[in-house]
Amino acid sequence: MRDKTIRESTVWQIAAHAIMISGSLLALLPFILLVIASFTDNQTALVNGYSFFPAKWSLEAYEYIAREWVTVGRAYLMTIVVTVVGTVLSLVLTSTFAFAVSNDRLPGHKLLMFLSIFTMLFNGGIVASYYVYSNIFHIKDTIFALIVPNLLMTPFNVVLVKNYYKNSISPSILEAARIDGASVFQVFHKIVIPLSVPILATIGLMTAIAYWNDWTNGLYYLTERNGVKLYTIQLVLNKINENINFLANNSELAAKAASLPSTTMRMAIAVVGVLPIMIAYPFFQKYFVKGITLGGVKE
Amino acid sequence: MARTKKKFRWRDFLPYYLLALPGIIYMICNNYLPMFGIVIAFKNLNFRKGIMGSDWCGFDNFKFLFASKDAWAITRNTILYNVAFIILTTLIAIAVAILINEIKSRTASKLYQSLILLPYLMSWVIVSYLAYAMLSGETGMINNGIFKALGMKSVSWYNEPKYWPFILTFVHLWKTVGYAMIIYYSSIVGISQDYFEAATLDGASKWQQIKYITLPLLKPTMITMLVLQVGRIFYSDFGLFYQIPMNSGTLYSVTRTIDVYVYNALMKSSDFGMSSAASVYQSIVGFVLIIAVNALLRKTSKENALF
Repeated sequence: MRDKTIRESTVWQIAAHAIMISGSLLALLPFILLVIASFTDNQTALVNGYSFFPAKWSLEAYEYIAREWVTVGRAYLMTIVVTVVGTVLSLVLTSTFAFAVSNDRLPGHKLLMFLSIFTMLFNGGIVASYYVYSNIFHIKDTIFALIVPNLLMTPFNVVLVKNYYKNSISPSILEAARIDGASVFQVFHKIVIPLSVPILATIGLMTAIAYWNDWTNGLYYLTERNGVKLYTIQLVLNKINENINFLANNSELAAKAASLPSTTMRMAIAVVGVLPIMIAYPFFQKYFVKGITLGGVKE
Repeated sequence: MARTKKKFRWRDFLPYYLLALPGIIYMICNNYLPMFGIVIAFKNLNFRKGIMGSDWCGFDNFKFLFASKDAWAITRNTILYNVAFIILTTLIAIAVAILINEIKSRTASKLYQSLILLPYLMSWVIVSYLAYAMLSGETGMINNGIFKALGMKSVSWYNEPKYWPFILTFVHLWKTVGYAMIIYYSSIVGISQDYFEAATLDGASKWQQIKYITLPLLKPTMITMLVLQVGRIFYSDFGLFYQIPMNSGTLYSVTRTIDVYVYNALMKSSDFGMSSAASVYQSIVGFVLIIAVNALLRKTSKENALF
């Protein structure tokens, strides 16, 4: 009996490890191929294709990026600016709105919550949003195009923050502070915000990743003629997909276009785009997983 | 007396409304104004005249849309892909979550989780580069590394529609299984160990424990996840269907969903009539679906209803 259990358990362990190792490799190998491809000699890649063991290595692609740092570096800077500004604004909007909604005695708090939830169920469609943003607010080819549409305040985050306020901050603390003469703004700023750092860190991280990875806003609201200077790294990568010669067309080194290491260069720019997230992943993974599990729980 | 009390209340509540104001303004601009934009679908939009000044055209845009074969094809693609994704993601994510939970070594289990979740962190643009490194006709890994070694003929992936239902399903699973796995795993971890210990003492095999303890206790999480996904069955992941096939025209018959159709009609052909008709069709049917799913749940199992 006992032997059988032990034997069964060993078989399970081996099977589980074997399956999970294959699954993990499946997830990881494409990234390794991407990195190796970016270090492959362009001619070798063209003849033999991308390989985990290229016949000839080369730094050509990265030398190219270094030469073209004006374009790539600018895109990097845009990504960082958009991510930081977007995340901060998003946290401000979400935390203040959720604070009002979490107050059960506020007339209309239910209506406000409903208005927020309703946007998850029904929307005017992409065309209507596009019309409103480009013809009423005129955000095309401005930095607002990358920050404002869709990402700034999601009903989902509002629900998470509201629930956190309700479950983790006792109303008696807030009341006591009010009786001591603190204004609502002081209560919010001095008590509520410091007490809700964990949830704000979690949704802040999820929002930052959403901004870092976003390319759809740029696709809709940045035009090729005037929006190129605002391209983030994702948009540069997307543009290269649409037109491999984008960098060549947009630099003073266009004359050298013939010698561009284009296949491996594409991979190198993708590596540059993905590297910061890969490096930071082990550090923020805990919060990331927490953000996901929070999302799986219904209100 | 009553009046003074009311006045006091307003002064008390005003700061709350002020705090909510930025959020309210944002919702009006981002969500509620576009809802009125639905009228674009019933207009012959003329930019110089604006929405209000443009002439009404009734259901003409919808008639054009449904008279084309596209309407059927994009609806079919959107729904069939979603059905396949929902079923496969649920099955695989639960299987992976159970396996990870069985693994005794904490370090190994953590490592597997991180690696399987990694693709979920990437943007679709990056994933399209990874897919290109695999699939590219000339330089791709599959043609040059695998098929050549096996002596098989290389395939021009980006021109062959018949492979794409499998490619897209695979890429979707590759990217999102980690996310669903984390949710199911956290729910399995929440199951009390007592059940499993008692079952082991009674001589239940691992398989029996999974069948009679883990799976039944996962049911609530599973239903919540399924309901959320079924409610969005009329929406597709634009990134997957736009980036991975690289918006290749030859593949449209199997890669074009409603979202991709709307994007191309709006941004590539500037066809406001067709694109707005398709996007309004999506919003309205999507809305009806989610209300229907919820109504059904309220009747059958009230605790699982969304609202």
